Order: sequence, then structure tokens, then C-alpha cells
Amino acid sequence: MTDLYQSQRAMRRMRRQAMDRGVVAILDVGTSKIACLVLRFDGADRFRDAEGIGAMAGQSSFRVIGAATTRSRGVRFGEIDAMGETERAIRTAVQAAQKMANVRVDHVIACLSGAQPRSYGLDGAIDLTETVVSEHDVAHVMASCDVPDFGEGREVLHAQPVNFALDHRSGLIDPRGQIGNRLAVDMHLLTVEADVVQNLLYCIKRCDLELAGLASSAYVSAISSLVEDEQELGAACIDMGGGSTGLSIFIKKHMIFSDSVRMGGDHVTQDISKGLQVSLATAERIKTFYGGVVATGMDDREMIEVGGDTGDYEHDRRTVSRAELIGIMRPRVEEILEELRVRLDAAGFEHLPSQQIVLTGGGSQIPGLDGLASRILGQQVRLGRPLRVQGLPQAATGAAFASSVGLCLFAAHPQDEWWDFDIPAERYPARSLKRAVKWFKDNW
Amino acid sequence: MQPVIPRRDPAPSRVAYRLNRLWLTPLFRALLRTGLPVFCVLFGAGWYLADQDRRDDLGLAVADLRRSIEERPEFMVKLMAIDGGSAEVAEDIREVLPMDFPISSFDLNLEEMRATVAELDAVASADLRIRPGGVLQIAIKERVPAIVWRGRDGLELLDALGHRVSPLGARAERADLPLIAGDGADRHVAQAMELLAAARPIEHRLRGLVRMGGRRWDVVLNRNQRILLPEQDPVRALLRVIALNQAEDMLDRDLIAIDMRNRDRPTIRMAPQAVQELRHIKTIEAGASNE
Repeated sequence: MTDLYQSQRAMRRMRRQAMDRGVVAILDVGTSKIACLVLRFDGADRFRDAEGIGAMAGQSSFRVIGAATTRSRGVRFGEIDAMGETERAIRTAVQAAQKMANVRVDHVIACLSGAQPRSYGLDGAIDLTETVVSEHDVAHVMASCDVPDFGEGREVLHAQPVNFALDHRSGLIDPRGQIGNRLAVDMHLLTVEADVVQNLLYCIKRCDLELAGLASSAYVSAISSLVEDEQELGAACIDMGGGSTGLSIFIKKHMIFSDSVRMGGDHVTQDISKGLQVSLATAERIKTFYGGVVATGMDDREMIEVGGDTGDYEHDRRTVSRAELIGIMRPRVEEILEELRVRLDAAGFEHLPSQQIVLTGGGSQIPGLDGLASRILGQQVRLGRPLRVQGLPQAATGAAFASSVGLCLFAAHPQDEWWDFDIPAERYPARSLKRAVKWFKDNW
Repeated sequence: MQPVIPRRDPAPSRVAYRLNRLWLTPLFRALLRTGLPVFCVLFGAGWYLADQDRRDDLGLAVADLRRSIEERPEFMVKLMAIDGGSAEVAEDIREVLPMDFPISSFDLNLEEMRATVAELDAVASADLRIRPGGVLQIAIKERVPAIVWRGRDGLELLDALGHRVSPLGARAERADLPLIAGDGADRHVAQAMELLAAARPIEHRLRGLVRMGGRRWDVVLNRNQRILLPEQDPVRALLRVIALNQAEDMLDRDLIAIDMRNRDRPTIRMAPQAVQELRHIKTIEAGASNE
């Protein structure tokens, strides 16, 4: 656990450094696109004088000064598949964003969507030595959580205290300074495959960038697309990406569950490509222009030119009706949604007070998806678009940029994580020093 | 069949990416944008000037350019005009300021020339300027000789402040000026002038003033008479003598010297003949005779 502490704390330190320098880059390495935003932090004091503008959870303190997207290469299921290709794609995006911002960025905050996230609920409790809860006690109680055996080759990505309980009172957000005898904590731990993280780190390092933070894409897209009361009352955010579909459940402004389905928009494209015997690029074009999941009578008459450049007239002049296209797309989308349904049921989503489901990500732009999703997932389904942040170009305000925008918010105002608290004293070598002093006292 | 065009990789190469980032570094950018040109210029200039011949050529070219500007007709001085001086003084000035006209006004150091001219004995003050039209105008004020001084080296004319004006060949040339003599007399001309002014009533008898021992004055009259004046307040002593003279015609008597050196005890020295005569008269008055 200690080396995790060290690496995460090093990243936090880097993030603070980047904030001091004022420029930090956001890198969303997805399966279908790589987005890079350059943020400039002017400091939170900029709007201090303006009336009615609060800190807004750090949203007012930064501005997007550079944005670039490029087609992703070498990424499958949100995991890096071909390092060289991905590295080049990252370089393209970063250079374009730097050019737009006209500033050099050294620190980057990245998110990853694949890597098979797994959620664990942890709890720990300690008896307080003093009656008043101090910061040290909070660190102590978090250290007292018994960490499950999450397996070899997995690494902790998020470890957030979700709930504190003091004696019989539960649901505390900040127990510090309160009086009680027994402090308990519930913690949400998210682990991912270590190799995937290592690959991403290596790619970023090869681009001469330093990683200043790492977040799960499902988590950050929920931050940007769930509105505040949804986060408070309980909601699930479904980030439909290209290679994987992320799921995160929020309540009381904390993520309590996260998972991902290794299927996404690219699979829909592949189905179209296979079903219509067209290239992937054509399939993607057809999907984005004519795609849908609910067929109507009109769609039988709407013919789509499939095109092709084989030179064979018959082959190149094929047409399909939109109903046929929908017929190809719908089963795959249904499959994804049903898989999500299974995950939600496994997480016990139906026990939440509010069961709002927000669909976001590039895949959520399929027309008619909300209707289909409400049949499978439940009645309260809406399409979510990311929050608007200052300076974001119009082209980057769509649902596909939910995780990029969420990363901006994450950079500006990260939630408390385990490693933000001090390491409990007994983990320090100071204790051995104390023991040495004691030995001297006893024997001299 | 369409020709297959290999699609160019849109990604920047690693080197291009690094260079791009380097270029976006503010310090590097500033260095390249200002530092490099400054270095190039300095290096180029240094390299060019490293050679002695080129340095000389450059110096020569600059000097030529300067010369060509200085020697424009607008800046040339063609003649010298001297105002307020006699012919001899003007001659002297031309002698001490040897100039071959035309000369550029940049080459004239007026302040130095003024000092040179003012150093002439006959010149009290000089004022030099270059008049439009290329004329060096020298306005001088001559010293006015006020007194003749007979020193060890002969006669000299002095002005009222004791400054030497010019040597004098013979006393008769300036019979109108009073005469002073003695070592150090030239340093006390002002006092001498005061005394001479006071001695106006006996002017017809005055031969001159003699500085005695470098500290006090003697008034020398004709008939070998002298008035010995004290160091302190000689004018007053002289006025006393003149007053006595006016009352008693003292100076018409057969005296050799009137000694006023001791203020409390003026003394007269009679001629030996007069002393004898006086003694004779006294004897007669006493009715005593040894004849």
C-alpha cells in the first residue's frame, strides 16, 4: 500500500506544481478518438469581486485555451494495443492543442476507459483515543480498512472515503472536529489492470509529458454530465465510448460503484461493416449519418447509398434501406444495454432512492437510444451532455467529450482520496527512531 | 482503378514534436528571437573589426566623412576681425594666433584662443566669436596705461591695477603719466594712485613716488626734497604734510626731508646750509658772537 501512496502522492504533487505553473493538459485516450485540452489556471481569485459567482467547485478558476482531437489509433477496448501508433496519435493531439494554446504543456492528466475496473466497498473502524476526531484519526480509520485481495497485477485507481460514521450517526461527510468514541468509514476502491496503466504511462512518457493525475473515464464523465442533485440523490452515468462502455453510480456526490462493458460504438460499426460488406470507414460514416435504433415505416423507404470503390458497378451502386441499417445496429445496442442492466442489478442499483440513468459519450448520440434504453434500464433515462466550461470550443461540447470535460473538473477540484490524508504515524520510520531513543533511555 | 496514394501520417515525428515543444518554451523563444540576432550582429562586427587594416580603413573613412562635413563652405572661417585694439595690439594678436585662413570653425578652439589673447599684457579682456559669413570676430578691451614704473629692467607702463601694459623706451615718451620707482612698486599701484591723487596740490613739484624697502612710499619732490610716508595710512600722512604746506609753505623752505614715519612725531630734516644759517641767526639773536 505504501508505494501506492507514494505514486499517487507524487501525482498530486505534480498536479499542484502544474496548477502553480498555470498550464496543464487533459488527455482522453479513447478507442475512437484522442482528445487533448490545454487548461490555463488563473487562480480562483479572478471572479472574487464579481457578485453571485462562487468558487463553483473550481470551475471558474480555469479556462480551456487549446483543444484538439485526432482519430485514435492502436487503442482497443480503451486499452493501448499498439504503443507506437498510440504514441503518435497522442503526439498529434498534444501538438495541435499546444499550437492552438500557443504554450508548451509539460503536465498531463489522463483518463482511461478500459482496463477492467472493479469496485470494492471497504469499511474500517477505530476507537478514538481522544473524543474529538482529528485529521490524524481520519487517516487512521482509512488505514484500518481491510483491503481485499484484488489480485496480482491490479492497481488502485481511486480510493475515496464515501461515508463516515461516528458512533451511531452515519452519513457524515466530514467528521473532523466532531465528538465521539468510535469512527467508522466506508470507502470505495477502484482497481484496474496495472499493465494497461503502465502502457499508458509509457506512452505519455514517450511524448515528454509528465503525468499529473489519472482517473477512470466513467468517473470523470459522470462528474461532467450528472447534475448536482443527481449526484446527490443517486444516479448512474453510462459513458458509451468507442471500445468500451463505462458505468458509474453516484450517490451523495460520491462514486460508489464503477464498471465497464467491453463493447461500444466500434462494435456497432463493425457489425455494419460486416453486415453491409463495406469498409469500416464507410460503415462509420453510414452509422453517424443514418444510424438509429428505432425503425419506423418511413425508414423502409429511405435508401442509403452504400458506395464503394471496387470499380464493379453493381457493387459500388448498392443501396440499403435505413430499416436494414437499424436492424443491424439495434441488436448490438440492445446487447450493450442488457449487459449494463446486468451490471446495474449486480451493483444493487434498484435500491437507490433515485434511479436516474444518464447516457453520455459518443455512442449516446444514436437517435432513439433514450427510448430503447428506458425499455431496458428503467424509466428515468436521459441523455447527458457535459457541463459547459469556459473557453471550450463549440466542436468539443458534444456528448463525446464528456470525459474530457470531466477531467477538467477533476483537475480543478479533485475529490478527497485516501492518499490526500497523511500516512498514519506508525507507518513512518519515525517509530523505529522512537524505539531507538527508547532503547537508549532504557540501557544507558 | 485509382492510383493508390500512400496516406501521409498526420502525426508529427518525434523530432518535429520535440522541436515544436522547444519552440513553445518561452525562454528558448526569447533567446532565439533576441539573443541570436544580437549575437550575430556582435559577432559579425567583432569579426569585421578583428583585422587591423579594416579598422584603419574604417577610421579613415569616418575621418574623411567628418572632414568633408567640416570643410563645407558654411563652416569655414575666412578672416579675422579685431575690434577695439590699437594697431600694435592687433599685430600682437595676429602674432599669437597664427592661423592660415580659410580654416574650419570646427578646428577653432575659441576658449583656448580667448585665453591666449587675454594673456597678452596689453589686453584687458577679449571676446571671440564666429560671425556668420565666416569671420572670426575678436573684440578686445585694451589696458589703459596709468603709470610709469621705473624698475630694475627699465621703464614700464602699468595700468591702474598694476598690470604691465608695455615697456617704455624713455620717460619723455609718456611725460603725462606719473612715475613710480622701486622694487615691488608695481604691486602697489592702487595705493600709489591714491597717493598721487592726494598729492594733486603739490603736483607741480612732484617728481614721483619711490617704494622704499618694499614696504612704504617716499614722495620725491624737486629740489631734492622727500616726504617719507609711513607704512600705515600713508595718504593721511601726505594730506597732513600738504595741509602744513598750505598753511606754512613748508615745502618752499630749505628742507631735505619731511619724516612722517612716526605719526606722533613728524620730523623735518633741513639742508646743512639752512642748519648753519639757523644756528647763525640764533647766535645773533642771543647777542653772542665769538668774533
